[in-house]
Amino acid sequence: MSDASPAGEGGEPATTGEDRPTEATGDGTAETTADDAEEHRGPSELVVEDLVKQFGGVTAVDGATFEVEEGSLTGLIGPNGAGKSTTFNCITGVHEPDGGRVTFRGEDITGLRTARIANRGLVRTFQIARELEEMTVLENLMLSPQGQVGERLSHAVLPGLRGRVRDQERDLREEVWETLELFEIDHLAGEHAGNLSGGQRKLLELARALMTDPDLLLLDEPFAGVNPTLEEKLLDRIHGLRESENLTFLLVEHDMDLIMDNCEHVIVMHQGSVLAEGPPEAIRNNDRVIDAYLGDEL
Amino acid sequence: MSAADTLAERFDRFEDTPRWLLDVGLIAATMGSIYLLFTIFTFVGPAGGTFGTVVANLQTITFWTALYAMMVLALNLHWGYTGLFNIGVAGFMAIGVYAFAVLTVPPTGSPPGLGLPLWVGIIGGMLAAALVGAVTALPALRLRADYLAIVTVALSEIIRLTLLSTKFESFTLFANLDYEVGGVEILPDVALGTGAGRGMNIPVNPSIPVKSIFYTNPSNPAAGERTAVGEAVLGAFVDAGVRETVVVSLAYTLLLIGVVALFYWLLVRVGNSPFGRVLKAIREDELVANSLGKDTRLFKIKVFMLGCALMGLGGILWEAQRGFTDPTSTTFRPIQTFYIFVALIIGGAGSNTGSVLGGALFASLLFQGPLFVSRIVSHLLNLGDTPGSFAAAVGPVFALEVGPLLAYAAGNIEQLRFVLLGLVLVYLMQNRPQGLLGHRKEVAASVPLIDRDGNRPRDATASDGGERDE
Repeated sequence: MSDASPAGEGGEPATTGEDRPTEATGDGTAETTADDAEEHRGPSELVVEDLVKQFGGVTAVDGATFEVEEGSLTGLIGPNGAGKSTTFNCITGVHEPDGGRVTFRGEDITGLRTARIANRGLVRTFQIARELEEMTVLENLMLSPQGQVGERLSHAVLPGLRGRVRDQERDLREEVWETLELFEIDHLAGEHAGNLSGGQRKLLELARALMTDPDLLLLDEPFAGVNPTLEEKLLDRIHGLRESENLTFLLVEHDMDLIMDNCEHVIVMHQGSVLAEGPPEAIRNNDRVIDAYLGDEL
Repeated sequence: MSAADTLAERFDRFEDTPRWLLDVGLIAATMGSIYLLFTIFTFVGPAGGTFGTVVANLQTITFWTALYAMMVLALNLHWGYTGLFNIGVAGFMAIGVYAFAVLTVPPTGSPPGLGLPLWVGIIGGMLAAALVGAVTALPALRLRADYLAIVTVALSEIIRLTLLSTKFESFTLFANLDYEVGGVEILPDVALGTGAGRGMNIPVNPSIPVKSIFYTNPSNPAAGERTAVGEAVLGAFVDAGVRETVVVSLAYTLLLIGVVALFYWLLVRVGNSPFGRVLKAIREDELVANSLGKDTRLFKIKVFMLGCALMGLGGILWEAQRGFTDPTSTTFRPIQTFYIFVALIIGGAGSNTGSVLGGALFASLLFQGPLFVSRIVSHLLNLGDTPGSFAAAVGPVFALEVGPLLAYAAGNIEQLRFVLLGLVLVYLMQNRPQGLLGHRKEVAASVPLIDRDGNRPRDATASDGGERDE
């Protein structure tokens, strides 16, 4: 998987479209929001329409509208204060949006509780890695899988039911160790997560989100403060997972080259709304984007 | 490196011994040391050291240890595991006791009760505490942790003052509802009461079943005879110089130890499970737990109710031993909650074994210890009467006579105990905020997640090509 071509945005989405053909028709209306630079895209996994979020007098998100295509690696960029993280928080139920609609796999998830949204397979990571510090790396990952029988108090306690909990935990333990090995942090398995370095925390955060078996992962600056080698490693994992699990990724990132090299679709936010979206080369040449954001860099 | 870390390292040599056995050993060793200390106290104390006095004193220590261990274990579930800052423990104890009393006191009692069997009272008391816990927690758990603290501490005072209110001293339910069906009243008048400041006798209390082991008429031992067991056990102990009441209390203390073991077993199971894992995650970072699809509100309510039920049971056992409860006793004052928190901080929040150790160390060294020491000091130094005022105690110091000051200190040791508690807390916060066992890894899972060498557990590697053979 390490040789997955980062810029290969051409063929992949077409093959993934067969999984959920019904949604392709359902989301037809939202398709109109795509701007003219865009070629044909597959079915949308996540649709955000006219999202509004205000904090006091500040409108952090002001009518943001975009779609994330199933199986894609979509980048969300924008200058500081553009509303990227608030958008993430509104999508995942951390904040209740003041207006607009969020649709995930054809179902309206606007205003649902964070846990319910995660149950449906939309899982996020945090800008600043939030480890459960006084829990071991293994516990962090064991927490993730959905629908564990042992999360019911009766099953955890009663002698007759605990056997099932143990059986399930043995299976989960296998998955957890495999994930740890995939992320090459298995040597830290027994450590308290609070003892990990910044980069290791980023790996753990991504691994933990993956252990929930999500369909769509929202990654909030997964490469911030990560050294280039580790960054490469993380990107390898992401590309690998797209191929093996058909996962969809929405990525907030500040490193422009990284976004341009890895994402097949880029959304640019500015002052709370979507300024432009399209394939990287279209974004690179978009005058409004250059004015608003990329002017200095390109 | 602290003493507890060194101790933990010493335990490495027992690495093939199961964790729980080591923990039982640790508790036993701690209790052994405490017993040794208090045996010495007994020998140098005013009553002198005989078999009878030693047994009596160790019984007292064990009794308080068991009571505090119970409460600390319950609080550890709230605060240590889940991070729920419940500072209304005393209130939930009171709910448990009073619900128990109202259910079990006979209708002829003063104040009257329902006269139901003991087990109904115990279950009812626990349920009542759990329900009050749920009602308290529902609004507060949605907010930040501090609000739960405010709500619980206020609630515990509301409960205590309500119980003190003469409005509920004795009252009659359904007095104004006289519906008859076929000549039978369907809602008969039910006389109940809390006794307000007079308190409530608990005639059917858990110490009675204990007494019935020894006596044919347990509610009034003097009027009846001893049973066969009573004859044998009491006879043997009394011959050895132990007072009869001490033997009965000892039996009750053994019951308490059994309950502590039950609490411990239950809470270790709760902790070592996916459920416990979510609790820990809530404590560490609730947003993360939510983001991983855990409905933390449900978990918090469940765990709050469970902890409150255990606190209710603890309260029942606490008060029933003396067969009487009243809202003015220290059992239900906010200071009680503070004591339990101190004990948990000493032992280490988050560790069940630490909770038991904390309960033991608090009850013996901080709670009972000062009383023993003050008695010994006044006895050995022959201090005489306690001066009536602080001035009378301090004045002689200027004449280089410290006797009155010491006597004053010994006479007011219960107040000085607070100073000691404060010093211990300050020391702990500065040097070992995590307590004795608070920082150690107690992995929340029902199966081992990692083997001793830090690798994937053995039975798991079978399908893996075995780079880790045994």
